Amino acid sequence: MGNLISIALKALGNNKMRCFLTMLGIIIGVSSVIVMLAIGQGSKESIKEQVSEMGSNMIMIHPGNMKRGGVAQDASSMQSLKLKDYENLKEECEYISAISPVVNSSGQLIYGANNHPCSVNGCNEDYLEIRKYKINSGEMFTQEDIRTAAKVCVVGKTVVDKLFTDGEDPLGRTIRFGSIPLTIVGVLESKGYNSMGQDQDDCVIAPYTTIQKRVLAITHLQSIFASAISEELTDKATEEMTKILRRNHRIETDDTDLDDFEIRSQEELATMMSSMSDIMTILLSCVAGISLIVGGIGIMNIMYVSVTERTKEIGLRMSVGARGKDILLQFLVESIIISVAGGILGIVFGIAVSSFLAIFSTWRISISVFSIIISFLVCSIVGIFFGWYPAKKASRLNPIEAIRYE
Amino acid sequence: MGKIIEIRDLKRFFLVGGETVQALKGINFSIEQGEFVTIMGKSGSGKSTLLNILGCLDVQSEGDYFLDGVDVRCMSKDERAVLRNKKIGFVFQSYNLLAKTTSIENVELPLMYNSSYNKIQRRQMAIKALEMVGLQNRLYHKSNQMSGGQQQRVAIARALVNNPVIILADEATGNLDTKTSFEILALFQELHSKGSTIVFVTHNPEIADYSTRNIVLQDGIVIEDSYNKNRKII
Ligand SMILES: Nc1ncnc2c1ncn2[C@@H]1O[C@H](COP(=O)(O)OP(=O)(O)O)[C@@H](O)[C@H]1O
Ligand SMILES: [Mg+2]
Repeated sequence: MGNLISIALKALGNNKMRCFLTMLGIIIGVSSVIVMLAIGQGSKESIKEQVSEMGSNMIMIHPGNMKRGGVAQDASSMQSLKLKDYENLKEECEYISAISPVVNSSGQLIYGANNHPCSVNGCNEDYLEIRKYKINSGEMFTQEDIRTAAKVCVVGKTVVDKLFTDGEDPLGRTIRFGSIPLTIVGVLESKGYNSMGQDQDDCVIAPYTTIQKRVLAITHLQSIFASAISEELTDKATEEMTKILRRNHRIETDDTDLDDFEIRSQEELATMMSSMSDIMTILLSCVAGISLIVGGIGIMNIMYVSVTERTKEIGLRMSVGARGKDILLQFLVESIIISVAGGILGIVFGIAVSSFLAIFSTWRISISVFSIIISFLVCSIVGIFFGWYPAKKASRLNPIEAIRYE
Repeated sequence: MGKIIEIRDLKRFFLVGGETVQALKGINFSIEQGEFVTIMGKSGSGKSTLLNILGCLDVQSEGDYFLDGVDVRCMSKDERAVLRNKKIGFVFQSYNLLAKTTSIENVELPLMYNSSYNKIQRRQMAIKALEMVGLQNRLYHKSNQMSGGQQQRVAIARALVNNPVIILADEATGNLDTKTSFEILALFQELHSKGSTIVFVTHNPEIADYSTRNIVLQDGIVIEDSYNKNRKII
């Protein structure tokens, strides 16, 4: 066997360029498998991380119904969430620890000569707990502020940086949101960028009543955010909320298609997103896998040519006593060496490209040992599989005919 | 002295486009250990066909062939390969060395297929064989860096290296000029004098004078089989 490997290595050494070009197919195949899986795995991890950043027990209620196809949804169905729903949920739900109505408005924030485009979230004081925000300085607006639709707000660090460029203390200052003046009562603790690359500090929160009455002039709610007591109780909480909302909205069936609201838990959203990223990963890996097969066919092609080209050599080897299986193994070992060496180079190259992407792109990259092992195994199998036929052909040659071959 | 080769009524047919070509039509002879036999005959008389069978590269259609007392006819392909590896040294007209490969590696080739020798033994045996053919100064020359005569010497060393019971040469001087041919012939005579059994196929009648025995083929049969009384020594 040692002899065979040295025979095969020698034969390959006599044709270095060709050998390398053949390997190239495998190198590209393997490295793209590794890079694709690294991207797929990375995006999955970033989704998971984002879920825990946002609070894995968060539950969101939106009006309308996506499942109905959204074609003939009238305006009233988009206004189905009322303050009463929120009040009932808050009173009756046993499985939630926090709940907040949410109304949203985008516009320009102005302070002095500075302005900054931002969206203002109207909510109650529970919102901090739900979204896992903390107050850094100052304080959260109060229930009294909500009752009176006070013109106050709490801002994120980015907003402070944009509006108060000369390092002034923002607390107590009044900024303008459109035509409404809002006094800053608190500044949020910085959360930095989330795993999707969004700036979590670029936000302003204000009493929902203020946004409802003074900015949007509406009475309905755009959404309701809540937190289940624990991640495990999210399902129970969702069920409970569905029941209450159906009762309030006089929906008598259990058919979710007929609901005029939609409850999504963060959990559910995460599953949906990660299954989407799974599909992406599978698709990308398939493409990469195909290139690996193409590489394998390249090996087969070269081994096939090389059998024909080296017919005389095979005849000679047989005439000095090589058996069919010695020749078979020699050619098989040659193709395995090509594919395994190509595989190793491909792994190195794939890791290099993945690391490069990790540094120079915003994508999250995660190289798994699993993908390395898999692509290495696939390589060896490709080598054996595509080397087999030419090797078999070589081993069946008739020594006299082979040695006379020109 | 033992019989190295014994053939009885050996026939070989080829099927060419539905017709049978009779290349060998019933050959009988034995070769004893230590003989230097030349096989002569015109082109197409069946010399190569016969030698290929003797060298276990081909199998007869009919008749018996015993090599060193072993019946070759009922052997499998692999068994014949092992037999070639251990008992036969074959020299071809066109050297058939591995390209881009040194003399010593070319000579080691038969030993690579014999697991009873290790790397060091292979080296030693190859050097010894190359010394026997006078190439001790060309151990690491590649095949394309040598003359035809030198290449043929490497090929002869390769045929010697496994200590075969018989050396078979098919027109071994066919590609060489007269002077080099005689040098190679002298080498065969020297090997013979050291005890090798040799069968040398040629269509050149001059060469027959240097052997101990001469067999002449014509159209697949032996027409003459004589011992050389006035053998010439180079
Ligand atoms: N593989 C083969 N297929 C068909 N005919 C063959 C084959 N080998 C040899 N022959 C025929 O057998 C005869 C003897 O050939 P060969 O032994 O090569 O002659 P020599 O070596 O004496 O010149 C020739 O007529 C040749 O055509
Ligand atoms: Mg011939």
